[in-house]
Amino acid sequence: MSLLEVTDLRIRYARQGRVRAALRREPHDFEAVSGVSFRIDAGQTLGLVGESGSGKSTIARTLIGLKKPASGSIRFDGQEISAASRRDWARLRRQMSMMWQDPVGSLSPRLTVGSLVTEPLRIHGMTGDRAEAERLLGLVGLPAEYISRYPHQLSGGQARRVGVARALALDPKLLIADEPTAGLDMSVQGEVLNLLNEVQKRTGVAVLVITHNLNLVRHVTDRMAIMYLGRFVEEGPTDRIFDHSHHPYTAALLSANPEPDPDARGARVTLSGEVPSPVNRPSGCDFHPRCPWSRPECGKTVPDWVPEGDRGHRCMFPL
Amino acid sequence: MSTQSTAAPADDTLLAVEGLSVDFETPRGTIHALRDIDLTVPKGKVLGIVGESGCGKSTLAYSLIGLLAENARVASGAIRMGDHDLARLAPSAWRDLRGTRIAMIFQDPMTALNPVTTIGQQMLDIQYRDRIGRNAKRARAIEFLEQVQIPDAASKLAAYPHQLSGGMRQRVCIAMALLTQPDLLIADEPTTALDATLEMQIVALLRDLQRKFGCSVVFVSHHLGTVAELCDDVAVMYAGEVVERGTARALFHDPQHPYTQALLDCDPARIKVATRTLPTIPGTLPDLRQPPAGCAFRARCPRSWGRCERDHPPLYPGAAGQRVRCHLSDPAEDAA
Ligand SMILES: Nc1ncnc2c1ncn2[C@@H]1O[C@H](COP(=O)(O)OP(=O)(O)OP(=O)(O)O)[C@@H](O)[C@H]1O
Ligand SMILES: Nc1ncnc2c1ncn2[C@@H]1O[C@H](COP(=O)(O)OP(=O)(O)OP(=O)(O)O)[C@@H](O)[C@H]1O
Ligand code: SF4
Ligand SMILES: [Mg+2]
Ligand SMILES: [Mg+2]
Repeated sequence: MSLLEVTDLRIRYARQGRVRAALRREPHDFEAVSGVSFRIDAGQTLGLVGESGSGKSTIARTLIGLKKPASGSIRFDGQEISAASRRDWARLRRQMSMMWQDPVGSLSPRLTVGSLVTEPLRIHGMTGDRAEAERLLGLVGLPAEYISRYPHQLSGGQARRVGVARALALDPKLLIADEPTAGLDMSVQGEVLNLLNEVQKRTGVAVLVITHNLNLVRHVTDRMAIMYLGRFVEEGPTDRIFDHSHHPYTAALLSANPEPDPDARGARVTLSGEVPSPVNRPSGCDFHPRCPWSRPECGKTVPDWVPEGDRGHRCMFPL
Repeated sequence: MSTQSTAAPADDTLLAVEGLSVDFETPRGTIHALRDIDLTVPKGKVLGIVGESGCGKSTLAYSLIGLLAENARVASGAIRMGDHDLARLAPSAWRDLRGTRIAMIFQDPMTALNPVTTIGQQMLDIQYRDRIGRNAKRARAIEFLEQVQIPDAASKLAAYPHQLSGGMRQRVCIAMALLTQPDLLIADEPTTALDATLEMQIVALLRDLQRKFGCSVVFVSHHLGTVAELCDDVAVMYAGEVVERGTARALFHDPQHPYTQALLDCDPARIKVATRTLPTIPGTLPDLRQPPAGCAFRARCPRSWGRCERDHPPLYPGAAGQRVRCHLSDPAEDAA
């Protein structure tokens, strides 16, 4: 049994410009996540990558109970939690923690760094004294003198480390990290990832990491899922997907990773065409208007999920 | 207003930072966040700024656009742009420059966006100087949202920032900065929230804009691949100082400063075999309340020796035409 098992998850949002939509008799909401399934075992790391706006953070918000799913099942530690009550959540929140995408914006501006890192402990009725705050800051490489600083007095990377310390305060079973290293320099990025890796080895915490950083995905995840317009287009063991991707969007994404060399111009799959919106899905395959390999068939038929051993993809003409 | 132009910048220089030092006053002492920064931004070129988290990149970026925090103080130095010294500009003069000649894209998009106003209203407000009708402004707003690949641009005008994904918010900020067609665009980690294909599209867009309007860009980033792709020149900062600067090619092919070398070695993009333990630079930044007397990098430097503790290294000329703040590049050391 996996620690987390998500099956056919669908999540809807109200539309922007709802009044205008109503006048035109358009539906008043749209599906941001359309049938996503995956599992994560204890001690394992799944990387979630994909187009900006494809629904990655939405999945994270739903997993930790901040957004109700429209349908589908979420099993955590053997228990169905997609319709958990508020009382259940009080307990569940100790076992799942979240690192948010906005480094500074997600930290309350009126609290000092010291109270920020120990806040999760106090919320759950534990003591978060100065010694504990120092221990947590030490864990993420911030000197004790930062205890009395406020978020706006930190650099972006320092704020990010405070977020890591907060997420680790409760010793969670599942850690969801939304862009954990965006805004960190290479050395600190390495430190944060080595830290997560160490904690994972020690505690067996499962990690869902959402990121745009492909180098990070390649080095620290066991499996990866690639999202496009609310759906997985490919999922499988990270090394095998990097070796040979089957879905054209994956191929485009992986080839867009620039080399740290001004003279290197790798062969790149360039995408053109308009970025689609979940409010207005293209017919057939979601990716066909931008796919360099699309054929007439792709505009007509919605491709099914094609399982292939321990991986799978959603393309009728895989690479 | 300052117009003492003793050393007027050369013609192809848009902006020259000369000996700039910036302090933050805090209850626990004065933080010397920038010390003696010298840099030039050539006209129509892209200058990249890289360096460790907390080394002062954003502080430098903010000082170029006059948005330093309230507890900040320019301790010395000048920022010359034309006849202006931006380090000592009156607030009224800033209102004319900001948003016309200088624009900025922030590290955290919520810095620039008002959470309780729609995207559309914010994009109209930023065009308040343009003498065109409301509908024309609306059309321009949509056009620029489309340029940064926002789907359904027209309907997004009614959205509030929290209804957009992280990457969309950042693209809205980029569109707003481009709307003003500035001479100098300061971009503080503008692409960290974007996926790789979009990042490449935005980088291409910045380059197009820069070619089309001849504007200069200061591009702060931790993503060395993007810096290599976009920037003409690069400055590497460490603990509030520029420790190496030169052309992108010189820096990436022939880094001279031990910190630059260590930084490049940490880039996971250079590590071809997948590994769970990523390289790091052991140690931490020095306390910026009391910057060390000798070289700021000494405590972490694998090659330091006695002199590094005593003498503060100046910017020596490096092998590939760059400038290097390390005694290893002192021509006198070779002779000795
Ligand atoms: N509160 C909300 N109300 C309405 N729509 C929303 C809301 N939050 C997100 N959306 C929309 O849902 C879609 C998915 O957003 P989400 O934040 O999950 O994307 P993401 O994959 O995390 O993108 P990014 O990589 O840019 O952070 C987007 O189209 C976004 O505009
Ligand atoms: N308002 C402030 N008051 C006190 N200290 C500050 C303030 N703003 C920044 N600092 C400190 O000044 C130093 C430089 O910060 P800055 O934000 O410029 O770093 P940065 O290079 O942009 O880092 P990052 O890559 O993490 O964004 C840091 O040590 C930071 O803690
Ligand atoms: S001056 Fe000395 S300590 Fe500083 S970088 Fe050079 S060798 Fe290292
Ligand atoms: Mg997101
Ligand atoms: Mg910064």
